[in-house]
Amino acid sequence: MATVKEMRVRIGSVKSTQKITKALQMVAAAKLRRSQQAAQAARPYAERISTIISNLAASVGGPSAPLLLAGTGKDERHLIVVATADRGLAGAFNSAIVREARRKLAELVAAGKNVKILTVGRKARDQLRRQYGARFVESYEVGNKTPNMARAQPIAARILELYNAGEFDVVTLVHSRFKSVVNQQPVLKQLIPAVIENAGPAPFYEYEPDEVAILTELLPHNIAVQILSALLENEAGFYASQMTAMDNATRNAGDLINTLTIQMNRTRQAKITTELIEIIAGAAAV
Amino acid sequence: MTDKISFDLVSPERLLFSQAAEMVTIPGAEGEMGVMAGHMPLISTLKPGVIDARIAHGKHDRFFITGGFAEVTAAKVTVLAEDAVPLASLSAEELDRRIIDAQEDIATAKSDAEMAKATAALDHLRRLRSAM
Repeated sequence: MATVKEMRVRIGSVKSTQKITKALQMVAAAKLRRSQQAAQAARPYAERISTIISNLAASVGGPSAPLLLAGTGKDERHLIVVATADRGLAGAFNSAIVREARRKLAELVAAGKNVKILTVGRKARDQLRRQYGARFVESYEVGNKTPNMARAQPIAARILELYNAGEFDVVTLVHSRFKSVVNQQPVLKQLIPAVIENAGPAPFYEYEPDEVAILTELLPHNIAVQILSALLENEAGFYASQMTAMDNATRNAGDLINTLTIQMNRTRQAKITTELIEIIAGAAAV
Repeated sequence: MTDKISFDLVSPERLLFSQAAEMVTIPGAEGEMGVMAGHMPLISTLKPGVIDARIAHGKHDRFFITGGFAEVTAAKVTVLAEDAVPLASLSAEELDRRIIDAQEDIATAKSDAEMAKATAALDHLRRLRSAM
């Protein structure tokens, strides 16, 4: 049985842990609001750019279509872009994304494909390095600021550079989709070749300059936009997940403090009772 | 009174403007164009330049964009700008900073296309600066 002193020290340490988790929870809650707004603000652009691409793709077909749209016609070499957060302490947020990535990786490797990995976010790099280190082509960090175009552009540029050099046939992005504060889902999204949503019969458009010229400009830009939207959704999801995780941790610490306090009081009381019995027994003997 | 055309200006980071306008002038790849309601459906790339949305007679909203895409239908103009700033909030210092940025872009351009784009942006910025 631990002594009262030991228990008091233990309670003190749990209390300071609780202070930290409480502070983290509040910081995450404050940041969540901002990043949620940023993620929502970026949605209209991403949606419209895919509508335009779909409309364009409907009228450009055959051999004139750019590589980014038509693909290389093969399915041999894959690049998986795994986007997580830089930091942890956010429950299963990062591991959920990495698990999804591993599933896809294992599937592709089992099918005998040539797979390479590009990571965005320290956690993706750290968690995948041991098993798949040899397949890494590049690792990026997300950084402390809210992701913006300047952050997404270099990553997109690197992917395009590799793609245009003929290194890959298919590029897939793994990130977390922010569904709600309590629900973030890891998703796979194929970046190249571009996936065309069937928008139904496309309106008849005039093009300035011609379709192919627009597409050659629009498609690379779309990659950057997709990455930006993934980073923004990740950030919102990260803070939501961190907020929930830290809220739970704070509550657990509170429970632990209560249990320990009761235990400590019992021990102290037991000691007092024993002493009292000894004194009374001694007095009675006189 | 003419029919209005709804005009959306979005940048990758946010929706900047969404309102009905009488006429929207956009810097198309093959020349400036004024778009009014009932325009022929069109998709065009945009040059760096100024978008001018005439909300009502004598009431204009202007934005500087560094390039992007425009989708025009009979009832709607959507501009996907790479980067857009309301002209009113563009100060001389901000312009100077952008001019320096553009000069750096030219210096570091890897391809002819990048070079041409940065040069066009610089030209436009210089013109805006001298108009101030």
